[in-house]
Amino acid sequence: MRARQDRGIRPTRLAPLAIAVALVGLVAVVSVSMLLGAANLGWTRVAQEVWAQLTGGRSPLSATEAAIVWDVRLPRIVLAGLVGAALAMAGAAFQGVFRNPLADPFLLGAAAGAGMAATIVVVAAPQVTGWVIGPLPLAAFAGAIGGVGLTWLLGRSAGGGTAVLLLAGVAVASFLTAIQTFVQQLNTDTIKQVYSWMLGGLNTTGWREILVTVPYIALAGVVLCLCGRLLDVLAVGDDEAASLGVRPGRVRVVVLLAASLATAAAVSVSGLIGFVGIVVPHVVRLLAGASYRVVIPLSLAGGAVFLIVADHIARTAFAPAELPIGVITAFTGAPFFLLVLRMNRQEVR
Amino acid sequence: MTALSLHDVSARYGSRVVASGVDVDLPAGSWLAIIGPNGAGKSSLLKAILGAVEHDGEILLDERPASALSARARARAIAYAPQNPQLPDRLTVTDYVLLGRTPHLAPLARERRADLAVVEQSLHRLDLTGLAGRALHTLSGGERQRAVLARVLAQQAGLLLLDEPTTGLDIGHAQALLELVDRLRAEDGATVVSTLHDLTLSAQYADRVLLLHGGEVVGYGTPEEVLTRETVARHYAAEVEILKTDNGNLVVTPTRAPRG
Repeated sequence: MRARQDRGIRPTRLAPLAIAVALVGLVAVVSVSMLLGAANLGWTRVAQEVWAQLTGGRSPLSATEAAIVWDVRLPRIVLAGLVGAALAMAGAAFQGVFRNPLADPFLLGAAAGAGMAATIVVVAAPQVTGWVIGPLPLAAFAGAIGGVGLTWLLGRSAGGGTAVLLLAGVAVASFLTAIQTFVQQLNTDTIKQVYSWMLGGLNTTGWREILVTVPYIALAGVVLCLCGRLLDVLAVGDDEAASLGVRPGRVRVVVLLAASLATAAAVSVSGLIGFVGIVVPHVVRLLAGASYRVVIPLSLAGGAVFLIVADHIARTAFAPAELPIGVITAFTGAPFFLLVLRMNRQEVR
Repeated sequence: MTALSLHDVSARYGSRVVASGVDVDLPAGSWLAIIGPNGAGKSSLLKAILGAVEHDGEILLDERPASALSARARARAIAYAPQNPQLPDRLTVTDYVLLGRTPHLAPLARERRADLAVVEQSLHRLDLTGLAGRALHTLSGGERQRAVLARVLAQQAGLLLLDEPTTGLDIGHAQALLELVDRLRAEDGATVVSTLHDLTLSAQYADRVLLLHGGEVVGYGTPEEVLTRETVARHYAAEVEILKTDNGNLVVTPTRAPRG
């Protein structure tokens, strides 16, 4: 026993092995998803095309086929990865701030705000074209930020604190959803379009959505990863956190702001994709430990992998028809989650 | 040197005063037990010293006003273990004890090798080295209390505020924990302020006791001075005998008038 002590203690940190596994996983799912798309180009030919692009050689694909690979398939994969990363790390952050394992990225009115704004845009301006980025994602982004902002203001005016903030989130969400329902009922002809957006999906029009969302998600990712240790401190409660020299209120503002920004960016391009923000952080916790110093970055990577896989299944399982991605995330994620829970229970007992 | 001075300190929540008129000067390395019946204001006074509850009057740490310290500087001077500490389920003992280093790190910085050495030493002193990698939710009650104390220790503060540190522990574990605190006090010269329900333990471990009743100071001095039959009867409405063991320990024990 003494010999073991001499090797020193090991705090939970992002181990090189974990980073390597995450990177290999990410590269693997991106590669597989690139090679095996919905359009049957033949995976060897796609591989040759990628090789040709990297080395400057000759590609076996026609110009149209090459465009499918680079301007349809790849941006969609990248977008799936970005949205998955954003939702998973935001979910982990919300769970840390609220010290509640059931907190999800849509908790503070982001979903309801985005839904309401998207509905209004679909109804009021269905045919706007020629914008760099469509009015629907813009409105969804603004709606999500607006929803969270409203929750924040309401929570503060009612005295602040996490419980009050949660209640304010519920009230704001109900209110905004009521407006959305009302607008929808007046305009039943567009209900299908709204509904399909709400189910979530990653239909891209190339690289534009990515360029628009990347800055927000990257910024949020950096902030949240830096705040991992402070989220661990919050976990011991406000009085104790303060006794450790940390200002809990300030940490909460910064983390919620970053997480909401990531959520809004994701919602704006993908609609509402549930499940990722709750399940991915929990799987990470069960596999790699509860310290937010590893939960946040690994959720980011895990969310990207998970959503790339889910989206790949969504568009290839019944090609050319596409399944709503929310169905896939729940369908594949739930059994996996249960499996990890079971494995972990046996380990603990 | 005076480690902690309270000059006419009162603790309050908004305008509601819950403890008042506290005047205490504690030399470094002493142990003050705050005692009193339920609702006397013991925990609130402790939190006022911590800075978590509003206060009036003057609090001096090492003869300097506590209000002049930044939150982090104050956290380097005062460590606190609440009555019901929250231990995040799956966090390892090491990660938890490492939180004690927070006031020594810049907000977004990583811990250095020296911090890990302090953590390792804290674990060793509380005999937790073998449990270092275990998740908190797999520990027993006594082990959890030791983990909390290790975290407090890793903070390397001169003043330890312990709110009912023996809550939920059986008599053996309670005794072991207080012995441990006493040893840390002797070895590190730390000053301890604790609230304690158990009057016998208060008398045996603290060198001063402060008796609060309804937010007022009704007794302050050595255990022998404060813990008399009359005082306990008046403020706790309890019938007790105060005994002295052969080795000079005070024992406060409840008695019951003979029936019939």
